[in-house]
Amino acid sequence: MAFYVAQFLSGLSQAASLFLVAAGLSIIFGVTRIVNFAHGSFYMLGAYLAYMMADMWSGAVGFWGAILLSALTVGLLGVAMEVLLLRRLYRSPELFQLLATFGVVLVVQDVALAIWGPEDLLGPRAPGLDGVVRIFGLPFPQYELFLIVLGPAVLGLLWLTFHRTRWGTLVRAATQDREMTAALGVNQTWLFTSVLFLGSALAGLGGALQIPREAVNLQMDINIVVEAFVVVVVGGMGSVTGAFLAALLIGQLQAFGILIFPGITLVLVFLVMAVVLVVRPYGLLGRAPATARGESHALEPPLYPAGRGLQFAGLALIVALIALPAVLGDYALVVLTEVLILALFAASLHFIMGPGGMISFGHAAYFGLGAYGAALLVEHFDAGMVTGLVVAPLAAGVGALLFGWFCVRLSGVYLAMLTLAFAQIVWSVAFQWYSVTGGDNGILGVWPAAWASPKWVFYYLTLVLCTGGVLLLRRIIFAPFGYALRAGRDSPLRSDAIGLDVTRYQWLAFTLAGTFAGLAGGLYAYAKGSVFPTLLDIPISVDGLVMVLLGGVQTLSGPIVGAAVFHGLETEMVRYTDYWRLLLGLTIILLVLVFPQGIVGALQSRLGARFSPRLREQVAR
Amino acid sequence: MQRIKRYFWGAAAAVAAAAGFTDPTWAADSIKIGEINSYTGLPAFTIPYRNGWELAVEEVNAKGGLLGGRQIEVISRDDGGKPGDAVRIANELVTSEGVDVLAGTFFSHVGLAVSDFAAHNQVLFVAAEPLTDAITWEEGNRYTFRLRPSTYMQAAMLVEEAAKLPAKRWATVAPNYEYGQSAVAIFKELLQAKRPDVEFVGEQWPALGKIDAGSTVQALAASQPDAIFNVTFGADLSSFVREGSLRGLFEDRAVVSLLTGEPEYLDPLKGEAPEGWIVTGYPWDQIDTPEHNAFIDAYQERFDDYPRLGSVVGYTTFKAIAAAIEKAGSTDTEALVDAMEGLTVSSPFGEIEFRTIDHQATMGAYVGKIALEDGRGVMTDWRYADGADYLPPDAVVAERRPE
Amino acid sequence: MSVLEVEGLAKSFGGVQAVRNVAFTLDAGELLALIGPNGAGKTTCFNLLNGQLQPDAGEVRLAGTSLIGKSPRKIWRLGVGRTFQITATYRSMSVRENVQMVLLSHHRRMLGFWRRAADLYRDEATALLERVGMAGQAERPCSVLAYGDLKRVELAMALASRPRLLLMDEPTAGMAPKERIELMALTADLVRESGIAVLFTEHDMDVVFTHAHRIIVLNRGEMIAAGPPDAVRGDPRVQEVYLGSGAMFGQGKDKDSAA
Repeated sequence: MAFYVAQFLSGLSQAASLFLVAAGLSIIFGVTRIVNFAHGSFYMLGAYLAYMMADMWSGAVGFWGAILLSALTVGLLGVAMEVLLLRRLYRSPELFQLLATFGVVLVVQDVALAIWGPEDLLGPRAPGLDGVVRIFGLPFPQYELFLIVLGPAVLGLLWLTFHRTRWGTLVRAATQDREMTAALGVNQTWLFTSVLFLGSALAGLGGALQIPREAVNLQMDINIVVEAFVVVVVGGMGSVTGAFLAALLIGQLQAFGILIFPGITLVLVFLVMAVVLVVRPYGLLGRAPATARGESHALEPPLYPAGRGLQFAGLALIVALIALPAVLGDYALVVLTEVLILALFAASLHFIMGPGGMISFGHAAYFGLGAYGAALLVEHFDAGMVTGLVVAPLAAGVGALLFGWFCVRLSGVYLAMLTLAFAQIVWSVAFQWYSVTGGDNGILGVWPAAWASPKWVFYYLTLVLCTGGVLLLRRIIFAPFGYALRAGRDSPLRSDAIGLDVTRYQWLAFTLAGTFAGLAGGLYAYAKGSVFPTLLDIPISVDGLVMVLLGGVQTLSGPIVGAAVFHGLETEMVRYTDYWRLLLGLTIILLVLVFPQGIVGALQSRLGARFSPRLREQVAR
Repeated sequence: MQRIKRYFWGAAAAVAAAAGFTDPTWAADSIKIGEINSYTGLPAFTIPYRNGWELAVEEVNAKGGLLGGRQIEVISRDDGGKPGDAVRIANELVTSEGVDVLAGTFFSHVGLAVSDFAAHNQVLFVAAEPLTDAITWEEGNRYTFRLRPSTYMQAAMLVEEAAKLPAKRWATVAPNYEYGQSAVAIFKELLQAKRPDVEFVGEQWPALGKIDAGSTVQALAASQPDAIFNVTFGADLSSFVREGSLRGLFEDRAVVSLLTGEPEYLDPLKGEAPEGWIVTGYPWDQIDTPEHNAFIDAYQERFDDYPRLGSVVGYTTFKAIAAAIEKAGSTDTEALVDAMEGLTVSSPFGEIEFRTIDHQATMGAYVGKIALEDGRGVMTDWRYADGADYLPPDAVVAERRPE
Repeated sequence: MSVLEVEGLAKSFGGVQAVRNVAFTLDAGELLALIGPNGAGKTTCFNLLNGQLQPDAGEVRLAGTSLIGKSPRKIWRLGVGRTFQITATYRSMSVRENVQMVLLSHHRRMLGFWRRAADLYRDEATALLERVGMAGQAERPCSVLAYGDLKRVELAMALASRPRLLLMDEPTAGMAPKERIELMALTADLVRESGIAVLFTEHDMDVVFTHAHRIIVLNRGEMIAAGPPDAVRGDPRVQEVYLGSGAMFGQGKDKDSAA
């Protein structure tokens, strides 16, 4: 009995920690619709700042002062991010701000390393709360009790702010219907800035309050941000009370889950999310968006088949790619091979994100399933490369067919998070099923067949398959099926009224995208010679998103340019400096500011006349 | 700004034309060693490690280099903790930079990826830090050698101590990935072999970096063990130690813990280092041997800091490579591999040997107890456990390692 | 046989009877207006016919086939086209492509993965656009069209599937008076030519009384009058309902047209 009470309380205190971070994220998303990857970075900064200040000033005043001051400081950093960066991107395509916050994540990682060094920093215990109380005879830390009280207290304060102040009313109104609030003449700029302050300050507070519980370290940002998103989505986007309930649910399932299945820690939160989203597509307390017209708000520019100029450029590029092995060394071919593979991966993600209007945070699942499909055949059946490359897309396609059925029933960020949940479930299977997948030690010895072993041969093989894949996807986008997808994105209402089964087309598109991602994954496996669960993990999904957004989600060549630029930058910067994350982050931020539609998107609107004469002419009339 | 510009344009040019891959080779007669590690992924361990190998390289070069005057040139790259990137970098180092040897890596999966690359491309790879047994056993190959004592060896060192304890009911806590899993599996197997009366009554597998310490501690306590085997490290360890101390988990219980005595993990705990834990580690301030004294003096003079275990690993890895090159008399890969087999090297921990049978070095670790001294954790009652003594019989190794 | 037969249609939302006992028929080539003050149940009625909502009771038959329980998609396939009060077109596509979409769906060619959609049914789409006076703008994206032009595009889209019945929800809402007259004149012409049955709701009484062949008046979910325009205009119950809102039929000064 005493034990279960203690376990319950442990779950509560964990939930309270999680809630503080998630509440801030939920508020920011609710009002601004920004998928803020930097939220975890603010959490980490809160912890580092609190550690630093608590280290400088001792005593109770010093400690609690440090907690509050670091929360405020982080709030101001959030304001700075909004004013200097995000504000310039509100007219960009949906999700584009995500790219900017990703740049911030990279910058903060290196800045924190430079300021506070690589070692974990164990902060002081909370003065006055450093002991235990006995609960049914079991010792329980006072500080954890404090957190248990703090969670609901913060929830109550937020509730009062939202329901008893004019500012709060505006925030709630904006959360429900952003257009309406704008139409009512509310100063959006000011509202967004203040929301970023509150949300970031909560992240900072959450981080600062961790210093008595865990050593401040450089992985805190990554470790919290995904979980915070899960809590927000399970609770229902923009619902702070929902976030609280979700945190409670996850905290308790974690506390009691480990008693029965100690190994479940890897995947528990994602299982919870998948179940909740399948049963309740808008989370526990979330509502379908008030603007139920179902129209996409971002103005999608028309797509035109390549004009003469672009056709010529494309042909020239292919000729150049064919000619390159004559002049390039092996390593350059290795990098180019990777760029080709990633271009196909990005194009397959773009297929569902652009024309399909379905965001995926879990596209790595299909890349990885392809890689594992090939590698498992090699490992267990001694299959050859050709068989592997046939099975890779099939394996991924079957996975996408299965998961897609659930995902396409959702929309927006909920859909995105469900794809993430499935990807993480696949990842944890690959990670833990040692006898088959080798666990995190992976599968080795997945090398190309002898004939394809020379770098230039494998390069040509990749060139043919990836170029073929990219062109095929392009072809499909201009075929009736691609139009049906765009129709579902542009206006579900109209599509329903002309007999289009949008969900079915989206499901099929999801499967196709997964299949092509699987082909990319299969090629990647043979290019690397080994396969690890990391191929199924979040960073691969994020890389895909970054490539698509960087190139321009509203264009067809954007993903390819994005893949080349992003991968090129990353591989080159690593060669020159240890601070490549800082450099890469700053470069991304710069690119985002210079090309707020993505690189190709911006080029298209600037050089539109040259590449797509019809576009300018028809719009201008 | 000029630097940033250079990087930016360099990168842009590479993207545009896939050019820029040919760096001018400015020391034509140098011996090139390619080094790969997770500098951004795990800086707490890898930065001291880099200091270590830099020191070794400087020492070798200051003495006139190798093979009659050829200097060592190290080309070092960050793998970001991703095996795929590590393989690309290995490709770059071998094909574009023309290195003679590959070295480094921290994470086991990255190490395995590079070792497979080395076997496929027939390049010598000296794995510095990855702990997984697979790299020298199940996935072992002719071209890969590993320096650090493996998971098996370190677990075996602790089993020796654990078997001496009266404890019969054991619980385990380990991060939920291969290192944690195999450490626990080996510990269980070896301990039960020595002490058939022992039973394992509880296990916890927190996700790496995401331990829910309160619940984990409570769950461990609920299984009422006499002793605990801990494999968590880093930030998870400090949370575990804090919650465990507060909630009395360690009262009247022995704790046997992997790696906790290494400065990388012990020092952040400061005054809260758990007294009495039996650990493997590196008591850098207490070792008084000529080899170690020479090392620590040189290190402190060069970096104005004390060495971590990573420093010793980095230092010894490159000393070993240097020794192999001298022994082989050339940089020919096959000759180097032959030289590595059975190579003996003087390390700060004494003489070690790279075994012919499985390419594992016999470098050991220090086993002792944690005590508090001047508000920080130190190791007491320690002894050096020679790695050679903690490896299974040759027949077992031969069975696990493919031909 | 009538194109559309509606019998005893009823729907309530949480105890509020939105539509009760609505019954009427509609013949080929007939323009039937459904009018009534705000909240009279016009939109509910429409959504019951097109399958967006399921009725609590009643029957809806299209050329003898029951539509009850069928999805909007299925109902469309059976020959019921519709236009929306607020236009719903594909904004990332050109005017012609919008019409081509309907043709592709009508001919069940949506699962094509190879041939260019823009090359399929091109002439047919152009002909439809010509009919509504939009051929000159066939290449422009819908996102840049004037509102009145979008309404015409929608009309072409509605006709593309050769429906037997066309449901038009406030076809002239949001348009300038001159455009309204033109659009309804065009609709009337098309109905005459092709023999489609049209059911439309409308606030603009000029439009209603000029073009409708018959009118049904709803108030609080109930039909209070039905018949040719002159008969409805003279109906005292209708007068009563509409006097309250201050609108006089046939005066052409509707102040309450859709906002």
